[in-house]
Amino acid sequence: MENLLLLIPLLPLLGAIINGTAGYFIQKRFGGKTNGIIATASISFSFLIALYLFFRLLGMEAENRAIILNLYSWISAKTLEVGFELVMDPLSAVMILVVSGVGSLIHLYSIGYMHTDKSQWRYFAYLNLFAFSMLVLVMADNLLLMFVGWEGVGLCSYLLIGFWYQDSDKATAGMKAFITNRVGDFGFLLGLFFLIWGLKNAGADISVVSLSYQALAESADKLSGIEFSGIALLTIVGLLFFVGATGKSAQIPLYVWLPDAMAGPTPVSALIHAATMVTAGVYMIARLNFIYVLSPTALTVVALVGAATALYAATMGFAQTDIKKVLAYSTISQLGFMFAAVGSAAFASGIFHLMTHAFFKACLFLGAGSVIHAMSGEQDIRKMGNLKKRIPVTFYTFLVASLAIAGVPGLSGFFSKDEILYRSFMSAQGFAGIWGYIVFGLLLLAALCTAFYMFRLVFITFYGEEVRSDESVIHHIHESPKSMTSVLIVLAVLSVLGGYIGLPEIFGVHSAFEGFLATVFEKSGSALNLPSSHSAEWIIMFLSTVVAASGIFAAYQIYYKNGYEGARNIRERIKTVHYIVENKYFIDEIYNLIVIEPVKILSYLLSLFDKYVIDGLVNLCGKITVIFANLDGLIDKYVVDGAVNLTAQGIKFAGERMRGLQTGRIQDYVYIMVTGGFLGLVLIRIINYFAGN
Amino acid sequence: MESVLLTYIIFSPVIGLLILLFIPRDEKVLIKNITFILSLVPLALSVLMLILFDRSNAGFQFETLIRWIGPLNIYYHTGVDGISLFLVLLTTLSVPVVVVSSFNYIKTDEKLYYMMLLFLETAMLGTFLALDLVLFFLFWEAMLIPMYFIIAMWGGENRVYATFKFVIYTSVGSVLMLIGIFYIGNAAGSFSVSEIYGTNFSVKEQLLLFGAFFLAFAIKVPLFPVHTWLPDAHVEAPTGGSVILAAILLKMGTYGMLRFVIPLFPNATLIFAPAVFILAVTGVVYAAMASFVQKDIKKLVAYSSVSHMGLIVLGLFALSRVSLSGAVYQMISHGLSTGTLFLIVGILYERRHTRLISEYGGIASVMPAFSVFFMIAALTSVAVPFTSGFAGEFMILFGSYSSEFMQNSSEYHRIFVYIAATGMLFGAVYMLWVYQKVIFGPNINPENQNLKDLSFREYMVLIPYAVLMIVLGVNTEFVVSRVMPSADRLIQIFYAGLK
Repeated sequence: MENLLLLIPLLPLLGAIINGTAGYFIQKRFGGKTNGIIATASISFSFLIALYLFFRLLGMEAENRAIILNLYSWISAKTLEVGFELVMDPLSAVMILVVSGVGSLIHLYSIGYMHTDKSQWRYFAYLNLFAFSMLVLVMADNLLLMFVGWEGVGLCSYLLIGFWYQDSDKATAGMKAFITNRVGDFGFLLGLFFLIWGLKNAGADISVVSLSYQALAESADKLSGIEFSGIALLTIVGLLFFVGATGKSAQIPLYVWLPDAMAGPTPVSALIHAATMVTAGVYMIARLNFIYVLSPTALTVVALVGAATALYAATMGFAQTDIKKVLAYSTISQLGFMFAAVGSAAFASGIFHLMTHAFFKACLFLGAGSVIHAMSGEQDIRKMGNLKKRIPVTFYTFLVASLAIAGVPGLSGFFSKDEILYRSFMSAQGFAGIWGYIVFGLLLLAALCTAFYMFRLVFITFYGEEVRSDESVIHHIHESPKSMTSVLIVLAVLSVLGGYIGLPEIFGVHSAFEGFLATVFEKSGSALNLPSSHSAEWIIMFLSTVVAASGIFAAYQIYYKNGYEGARNIRERIKTVHYIVENKYFIDEIYNLIVIEPVKILSYLLSLFDKYVIDGLVNLCGKITVIFANLDGLIDKYVVDGAVNLTAQGIKFAGERMRGLQTGRIQDYVYIMVTGGFLGLVLIRIINYFAGN
Repeated sequence: MESVLLTYIIFSPVIGLLILLFIPRDEKVLIKNITFILSLVPLALSVLMLILFDRSNAGFQFETLIRWIGPLNIYYHTGVDGISLFLVLLTTLSVPVVVVSSFNYIKTDEKLYYMMLLFLETAMLGTFLALDLVLFFLFWEAMLIPMYFIIAMWGGENRVYATFKFVIYTSVGSVLMLIGIFYIGNAAGSFSVSEIYGTNFSVKEQLLLFGAFFLAFAIKVPLFPVHTWLPDAHVEAPTGGSVILAAILLKMGTYGMLRFVIPLFPNATLIFAPAVFILAVTGVVYAAMASFVQKDIKKLVAYSSVSHMGLIVLGLFALSRVSLSGAVYQMISHGLSTGTLFLIVGILYERRHTRLISEYGGIASVMPAFSVFFMIAALTSVAVPFTSGFAGEFMILFGSYSSEFMQNSSEYHRIFVYIAATGMLFGAVYMLWVYQKVIFGPNINPENQNLKDLSFREYMVLIPYAVLMIVLGVNTEFVVSRVMPSADRLIQIFYAGLK
């Protein structure tokens, strides 16, 4: 049974390898559909195996529900032991099912969506590779292996956003995503270091640092007393991991990459940038719940950032005109809800919303894909209108999913969102205090905005005036093929029914979802001891219904009749505000100004410094040496060699002068001899005289 | 225990060189093929060494000890431990790769070029395997000669300046080291590692000797701020020269620090460590930022080398078993990834005769297979998990972070690690930037529209490195289990010598 666990990530990897190596030839020989079928089959089998194991898991005793496979030791450095271990416990089971289940559907949808693309083999290889990485992320039994998946999904996201790399903007969007994520990963890595440092300091009994969740959970208590520069270590660790999460899950301040990531093919946006990858941060915090519950400060920060992001991103949905960008901001906003949930220590609720969101947001994105497909690639909602009759299946599924995300009672989004609102409210009466009420208030406002911007999108796209575009585009509008619409229908059904596994207790049932996850979050419940109140839950449920209804009603009032133009008066009236919101609060520009440009300038200055100062010094040393060498050469030439030459020349000179003496006449020689002898004697006398003899 | 295996490994390239000598210089195809086959001999021998290597033995294996210059106690002493083992393998693997990669690139004086390569190989192997300081110095200096010729004869336009800078820079360091070697030989009465490892130098002596050795090695690494010879040398060197330079020659510096500086001068190491940390992490960030703005791909890769090597130096001087093993791991990984990057640049250069980033764009559409290899190397350089780069960098960072030595030697040791970790972030920025500029985007330059994808030969050149980058990323134990005992032993020697 354990070994089956390995097949779950392995099958998509196999698919990726097949499509990555032989895919080109397969597409050439059998057509791109075959590539798609290989990829879809591999992930579908993963899903089936996961389903089988899930039922096995259900059959096990609640306390020991976990299937663990220890494959091999990946990094083994005596004091640090990191294995390649996979685990399927209730939490990862939910994640595996969502990833492989929704993943299979989106793979299937992609076959139709990508059918004209020239390099489908590449697309499906990346998509499978993504599924593999994501499965490693959620199945990893230790933090470092999770980081492998974490970076792996980032890489695939990079590759898929830039899938149409011929377009520079799209390739740049991919790069932006990767680098922003790296900033977050930096936090993740530091968090890991702090954690390990803490573990080493916690007690002498930890000789080998293991990063497995089990071991961490057991030693978490020991860490709670440790401080680092006056701040509780667990708070630092929790916040640093959260920095990682803000990167991957697009929260303030690192959310900026996600809207740009819409440059990728739409199914990719659905799978990676809505249903699965971006939820990794939420999953991580839920997974590390044993750390967070020991640091209410970290939890509160998570909740606040989540709630602020939820509202902030929702407001940006008001002014976007690109159908995918609206959904992108919506995703950021919904992720904010999930973080608010886990930040309120309601881990199960966060995961619950993660799951329902995967259903309805995937449905929305794929629906948007179907719209774009029908509109020959057009993404601007101002050019759309009254599409409901032309593409009915897309419309109805899109409508259902919109109702779900808006939080209309009875649909999945209602239950999960209501749960979050309730829990954040209760956290205010526990550890979070006044901050809990702020989170609650922000979320309620965000819920209102959600209902509004979603139905703004629905009314502009599917109601109102006819399509305003070229004749050929209008003529070409058609419903998508069955392989695509069937996926939409399945997801729409899930968007409706998905909530019923997690009905709140006030309905007189025990939440199956929460009960299933209870063993994983066992510790957290007791640590914080949050109160519960049935009356509060009824009131909040009522409130959220009102909020959803009013949001939808407002959108109806403004956009139902005239589509985008319906809001002209309002736009005129709040021109400046609209301008700011439309331009996304100029955050990209601000980041550019305060981060990117300074780095660029600094880099440039440094390279000049390197060239002229450091290398200049080197060259100066060289120059000085050369000057000395020249000087040396001159000395050599004129002084040393000069002396040599002088001697030679002196001898030569003397020789020339003396030559005259050799006349050949005996008389001269005798004369010189006698004179010389005499002079010599005199000289000797003089010398002797002076020498004192 | 006497063994001739290492001697065979060291000198088999020279024997190959002698064989090459008898082939007429006009038989170009024959020369290339024979060189390739000859270069496989040391590879095969070193694989044999790997197989015979006993991983439970932390000390030197396959030792040979022959009295060479008797009166001075100079020995022909060679041996291999876990640290040099993989550096030797990296060398013997790189030379065949470089030989094949040069087939089309080198078009003049082929015979001399390949002879130089083989000569260089012997010198490099000797440097890694010598356990006698004089012998080490001999091989160390011998490397300069072929490298000088390779850059000066087959290099780019500005090669005279570059070779001069390279040779003189290196020599400056070497001279000081030579004086240091004399001093040690005089004091210890021997030059052999096995005898000098326990020598008790006074702290003052250590400080001076440390300075002499460290400078020589720091120049070779190259450590900030003595790094400026590297970009010039890389830009001017032919592809093969760049690959050897990046993959192996730079490692001589870090290897020398590990083998001689740290165990011989423990007290000086303790005193200088904070300064070394500062230089290392400054280099990491400084060089990474300098690579952002480079216009020439080769220069960019060269600066990235400086950045990565800074991290390795940090790992060495952090002196924990994990950081040391990580540093050795990263030496291998950096050799593989940067070697590949230079091969990649060479392949582009052979087609377009330019290295300016702005000349490229949209290459993926004409050279998809090429793009894949480029991607693998870039990702390894960026240290994405499941590439060898991640294993190495993670071990260095983690090992440094939890290093007791670092904690004791510097109050701010964690800050160094934080700064060094930003290297992973900066690395992603410039690597992905250059990748995007070259590979992605529209292919609009008409000269780029008909580029041919990899040939069979080029596949053969790129595959070995690429496979290793992934294999060593997925499985780290094979290497770490062999490196770590030796790293442990080194730390023991260090602490035993500490006063």
